[in-house]
Amino acid sequence: MLRYTLLRILGAIPTLLLVIALAFLMVHAAPGGPFDDERALPADVEANIAAAYHLDEPLPQQFLRYMSGLLQGDLGPSYRYRDYTVAELIGTAFPYSLKLGALAMALALLLGVTAGTVAALRQGTALDKVVMGFSMTGISIPVFVIAPVLVLFLAVKLQWLPAGWSGTTGMSRYLLPVITLALPQIAYIARLTRASMIDVLSRDFIRTAYAQGLGTATVVRVHALKPAMLPVLSYMGPAIAAILTGSVVVEEIFGIPGLGQFFVRGALNRDYTLVLGIVVFYASLIVFLNLLVDILYGAIDPRVRYR
Amino acid sequence: MSLLDVQGLTIRYGDETVVDGVNLFVDRGESVGLVGESGSGKSQSALAILGLLPRQAVASGSIEFDGQQILGASDSVLNALRARRIGIVFQDPMQALNPYLRIGAQLRQIPLTHDLCDKAEVDARVVEMLASVGLPDPERQFRAYPHELSGGMRQRVMLASALIAEPDLLIADEPTTALDVTVQAQILDLLEDVRDNTALLLITHDLGIVAGHCEHTIVLDRGRLVEQGPTTSVFAAPSHAHTRALLAAAPRVDRGEVPEAVTSSTILSVGDAVVDYRDLQAVSKVSFSVKRGETVAVVGESGSGKSSLVRAMLGLVPMASGRVVYAGSTLEGPVEDRAQSQRRDLQLVFQDPVSALNPQMRVQTLVGEPLLVHEPQLSAAARAERVAGMLERVGLSRKFLRRFPHELSGGQAQRVAIARALILGPRVLVCDEAVAALDGSVRKQVLNVLRDVQADTGLSIIFISHDLAVVRSISHRVLVMYLGRLVEMADSETLFAAPKHPYTRALLDSVPVPDPVAMPKRAPLRGEVPSPVNPPSGCVFHPRCAKADARCESKAPALRDVERTRVACHYPNA
Amino acid sequence: MSGNRSIRVTAGILLAVAIAALVGPWISPHDYATTNLENTLSAPALSNMHLFGTDDLGRDLFVRTMLGIRVTLLVAIVASLVSLVIGVTYGAIAGFVGGRLDAAMMRFVDTLYALPFIFFVILLMVAFERNFLLIFVAIGAINWLDMARIVRGQTLSLREREFVEAARLTGVSTLRIVFRHIAPNLVGIVVVYVTLTIPQAILVESFLSFLGLGIQEPQTSLGALVDAGVKHMEGASWSLLIPATLLALILLCFNFLGDGLRDFFDARHPS
Repeated sequence: MLRYTLLRILGAIPTLLLVIALAFLMVHAAPGGPFDDERALPADVEANIAAAYHLDEPLPQQFLRYMSGLLQGDLGPSYRYRDYTVAELIGTAFPYSLKLGALAMALALLLGVTAGTVAALRQGTALDKVVMGFSMTGISIPVFVIAPVLVLFLAVKLQWLPAGWSGTTGMSRYLLPVITLALPQIAYIARLTRASMIDVLSRDFIRTAYAQGLGTATVVRVHALKPAMLPVLSYMGPAIAAILTGSVVVEEIFGIPGLGQFFVRGALNRDYTLVLGIVVFYASLIVFLNLLVDILYGAIDPRVRYR
Repeated sequence: MSLLDVQGLTIRYGDETVVDGVNLFVDRGESVGLVGESGSGKSQSALAILGLLPRQAVASGSIEFDGQQILGASDSVLNALRARRIGIVFQDPMQALNPYLRIGAQLRQIPLTHDLCDKAEVDARVVEMLASVGLPDPERQFRAYPHELSGGMRQRVMLASALIAEPDLLIADEPTTALDVTVQAQILDLLEDVRDNTALLLITHDLGIVAGHCEHTIVLDRGRLVEQGPTTSVFAAPSHAHTRALLAAAPRVDRGEVPEAVTSSTILSVGDAVVDYRDLQAVSKVSFSVKRGETVAVVGESGSGKSSLVRAMLGLVPMASGRVVYAGSTLEGPVEDRAQSQRRDLQLVFQDPVSALNPQMRVQTLVGEPLLVHEPQLSAAARAERVAGMLERVGLSRKFLRRFPHELSGGQAQRVAIARALILGPRVLVCDEAVAALDGSVRKQVLNVLRDVQADTGLSIIFISHDLAVVRSISHRVLVMYLGRLVEMADSETLFAAPKHPYTRALLDSVPVPDPVAMPKRAPLRGEVPSPVNPPSGCVFHPRCAKADARCESKAPALRDVERTRVACHYPNA
Repeated sequence: MSGNRSIRVTAGILLAVAIAALVGPWISPHDYATTNLENTLSAPALSNMHLFGTDDLGRDLFVRTMLGIRVTLLVAIVASLVSLVIGVTYGAIAGFVGGRLDAAMMRFVDTLYALPFIFFVILLMVAFERNFLLIFVAIGAINWLDMARIVRGQTLSLREREFVEAARLTGVSTLRIVFRHIAPNLVGIVVVYVTLTIPQAILVESFLSFLGLGIQEPQTSLGALVDAGVKHMEGASWSLLIPATLLALILLCFNFLGDGLRDFFDARHPS
């Protein structure tokens, strides 16, 4: 197990490097510079600014400069928000996105796995069909449709939850955004869990467990749950990416000052370093989390460890 | 009152009736064999006894265990019976054990659920049970995962799990079918030793197993009970036609005519073949030859290298060194690089017919494809005629032409595979466990087809099998392989009458004979086939050989001729 | 819903929607771009033939919605085909050749998986000024990864199947093996997957439009219409609900269709 873990960690490092390089290239490949929007500047002033931000250097050199900065935790200054470094901006925005994303993921797992397991155990009954119907709907409706509809009904018409962000404090203002973000994931995870659980429950070793006189609860808990979770675990990587994507929309709609918002602004403003910084940050997060998922997979399925 | 009393058991799936009015009973302590071909309903009956039929099954009739009615009983009643009063061992331990849990973690659930002892003693009790089924290092195996154990060890674990709660009845559903022959003998012996007074319901298709281990025999045919009685009577004087047919179709390893040795010229020879895989050597310098019109059997258990040898010969896997000579020319390189005529002349039939046939193609296309490749000048009509003719040869009517593989039974699919292999008129046909998955009567049919074609066309057959009884009935010569090495080679008459190598003798002894009054056997071969990654020193068989000494441990014996046999042993005839 | 029935029902609905989208604008007296600032945000009414009402610029919403459906479906299908072609080729090569090439190709896919692609798409959209063609490419570029993985896995396991070995032995040419033995066994899974990636493509396009980065005015897609609808949700809720419902309906149908097709292929040729 230890060897497997170490190998996985070692494998993640080149992946991360490649990701950063790709991101760097893409950001710099997009035409247009960070200062285009402003008034046209005299040529020498432009040259000075370019030099100050090292934009006149050849690309590989810029990349190396960036990498060395990264290793010291310096993601460069923001081109648009002149008083702040990218690291600082990420630092202020990330906690919001983190809370939003983590809560949504937790909610999705909890509700999704439970619903899927129950549906699998009650396969064919009305309860099963209801759960499946709900999850089909959930994955078919985009986040940006759910959000306003939910806001319309829950916040404006019924007044159960706060609609806006600013002006309210405390955890209750997270409730609606988190639910919105989690809904498609709950639906997908429920579907996945159900299919996986049904498959596991049809396997021979489950029949053996029943033949040994174990009750349903014990059979599910001891024998079925771990293997049934494997596909869900594999899905965690893409799930995290999906939550990230969805958070951009949710942050826009609810006005949450998270990383998603900053990214869109940064893209529209051609704020290279900010955009690159967010991409690198998120990509590293994803690589790290995928690593965790891989390790967890090895912990559950012992046959994988020998590869 | 009987321990288990089944009356009028009927099991239906929709319109299909798989068990039709079966009556059977098992008394305390006695051993009963439930025998039948696939589809006879024997496994379904077993599942019904434990209340383990799938949801779609509709069961009616009566199953009484010690006075308690099982059909329709509640879960709590059934759970109290399972493991505690009735234990079960399934066919394939790799599927029946949970691959994600350690052995100990799975087994301990039984004493825990049934409250067999104090919580603190549960693990100790499991280890004790593992030791009693012959596991060499029970503490270690307690912590191991199923895939880390060999097939034989896994089945021992299953047996431990079935007996740990000391049930009154043990049901064993084809408990040795997935195991090597020598391991099968060990497990059957173990079953006898370990069950004490527990009644045994042994379900199998193998009449030899029933003859050797069951006091009573019950015969099922397509869901119906056709015969039952004391084993000796059923075998000596079967009253039902089906029983007679089963007995007639069951090949015996200890008697029966052996095909005479063939004296024609050699058509194919393999010299010093070596096949390597990434971290092990599958075949170590094996040489043999095949004459025209001869059937040569290659016999061995798992790890023997028989499949690798033949695949290398055909060019499907690379041969590290050695020569293959066919009809005067050398065959070398991967099959793609060989001449069309060579590819035409050497064909292969696999064990599993279903996976050997493209599920998207109809029988007509499957059997006709070789013609497309080798005789492209044929018109579609001519091709269709050849295909129909070939199907007829193997006993399939024209209505099979339009069928897909999943619409065929095992026997039909295998005959299609043979038709495909024979349509080009090859000179050498390799059958890799080709009849292993077939029932007795179907197997007999397929073997007859092969014999007929051989008689008509002088076809040479290389017959790979682990089943010595089948081998005896159709082979002229036999090669015995162990761990990649050739240990004995002789014509059938000599080999079966006077085997020289201890392994050959053990193999012959391990095959169950369908005769309850046959002579008692010697003790089964101990241990299991070692891993080819780390073969034993000297003679690779020495760790399991009762007659091995220091010489056997240090020096590998060379092949030499001893009384019409080629054998690799320091003490043949010992 | 059972397999065959769900195929028929969902395919029927989708066909009906597509036909409506094609025919609708011809029947209606209005067109999609004419503004009428005196009749903005009016409710659906039969009298003036504004079946879905008007938007904030007084344009007829029925015709715009039909147009939006066309665009959404077009983008989705073309983008899915792009990802199909890339994904299948990539995956089939990796799976068939195997060995080191396969390992390298899959490592590359794993790396791309780690990238938050949506971010790159947004960047591209901003950079290249919402070029319509680029939308297809961008969406196709996100989705091919899954297809490649699935195809590769399936090809690998097919290659090991005995009927392929039998074909090799008989002397069947590699080309024929690929096209007659491996490919037909891939069709089932590819078709199912394409039907399931179409909703994904639609979601991405809608998402882009929502952010204001998708299709350009006065053209529109369902996503853009929803975006516009959200702004006026409180006063003119139909302008949100109609495109939103249609969008959800289309997505649902594709998802059910994919499921149904999966059952269909499984039943026909259990492998």
